[in-house]
Amino acid sequence: MIPAAFQYSKAGSVKEAVAQLREAGPEAKVIAGGQSLIPLLRLRLSQPSHLVDVNGVRELDYIHPEGDLLRVGAMTRHTTMARSELVQRHLPLLAEMAAQVGDPQIRARGTLGGVIAHADAAGDYPTLAVMLDATIVTDRRRVAARDFFQHLFTTVLAEDELVCEVVFPVAPGPHRYLKFRRRLYDWAIVGAAVQKLDSGWRVGLTHVGPSAVRAAAVEARLQAGATFQEAAAAAADGLEPPSDVRASADYRRHLARVLTRRALEQAA
Amino acid sequence: MGQTLRVTVNGEGRSDEVEPRLLLVHYLRETCGLTGTHVGCDTSQCGACTVLLDGAAVKSCNMLALQADGAEITTIEGLAPEGGLHPLQTAFWENHGLQCGYCTPGFIMAAAALLAENHDPSDEEIGRGLEGNLCRCTGYVNIRKAVKAAAQAMREGAAAPIGG
Repeated sequence: MIPAAFQYSKAGSVKEAVAQLREAGPEAKVIAGGQSLIPLLRLRLSQPSHLVDVNGVRELDYIHPEGDLLRVGAMTRHTTMARSELVQRHLPLLAEMAAQVGDPQIRARGTLGGVIAHADAAGDYPTLAVMLDATIVTDRRRVAARDFFQHLFTTVLAEDELVCEVVFPVAPGPHRYLKFRRRLYDWAIVGAAVQKLDSGWRVGLTHVGPSAVRAAAVEARLQAGATFQEAAAAAADGLEPPSDVRASADYRRHLARVLTRRALEQAA
Repeated sequence: MGQTLRVTVNGEGRSDEVEPRLLLVHYLRETCGLTGTHVGCDTSQCGACTVLLDGAAVKSCNMLALQADGAEITTIEGLAPEGGLHPLQTAFWENHGLQCGYCTPGFIMAAAALLAENHDPSDEEIGRGLEGNLCRCTGYVNIRKAVKAAAQAMREGAAAPIGG
């Protein structure tokens, strides 16, 4: 399967990338790690007129702790985050997630910013960003994660806008991310992430709707002193999960409850 | 419309005009004539197309050739010295780590990347390290045995130098 023809240019900086996107027009796309985009190109589900390659934008490959915040550049690859001592110390849940993305070959190429901008319903980092109130920084603005993801594969990004950084809170406390999947390298059929903060538990769910979900009902029950079992029973409240070849909506609701309970038990 | 790709493949510097949509795996097989890198699933799942890009295992069907510009690539043909076998190749042979052999180049390249970082991997670590590769005939028991045997041979300083 061969992709349809497209123009291709390399950007060496954020400024260059944005200028190239602007010049190439609305049918242009950014390619970062390409681990989701290239399969879509090959299936011709995506046929951009032009690809702007940002793999040479070194200024976006960094992990910076800054007080209570952990700033991670958009071009940081999964393997880098999984192995980073800084990530393991300041936000170990991010390292745990990164180590569970795809397989080693995919982790060597795929990037944080690529997953955020692609906004797949089964993407892992959007869950972390939404549940921890992270901020997505682009070349022109800062957007709260809860406002960034709009729908399946849809974000607030303009056609010539580039994700540059994700700002997470530092959170070294108990945490766990569990993905239910048929094979190790599959996307999550459902995923549940939990993180204990000083202010209480945060709980996020992957692939139970078009975008990542913060399980506010579970958090509220925990805050009120419920057991893990009682709290996790609320994990599917208000969800409208998709039904597909891998799982029905009802089964996804079941998985949300079970994985949330297990994640809480394993984190604590 | 072609663009210039400059890349080192198995130690040899090359410069080729390629179309932007050309995938790295097709560049290696058709432009370079290195057909040891296989196209298995064509959906970036099976890992038969795995090569080393600056030492890291990547799926060459999931990269544009132009994205390898400036990089060093090692394919299965470049792993062993001329006329010899890499310890991984010997170990796959001796431990019956293959049957039809279609997935084998990808397994060996993924295992080479694993062993470059971990000289004595456990069963669990081998499983995790090779989770991006699928075998549909031999199964994984003998592949794991082969990787363990190769790791031991390489620790003991087998004669063949390590590629990649």
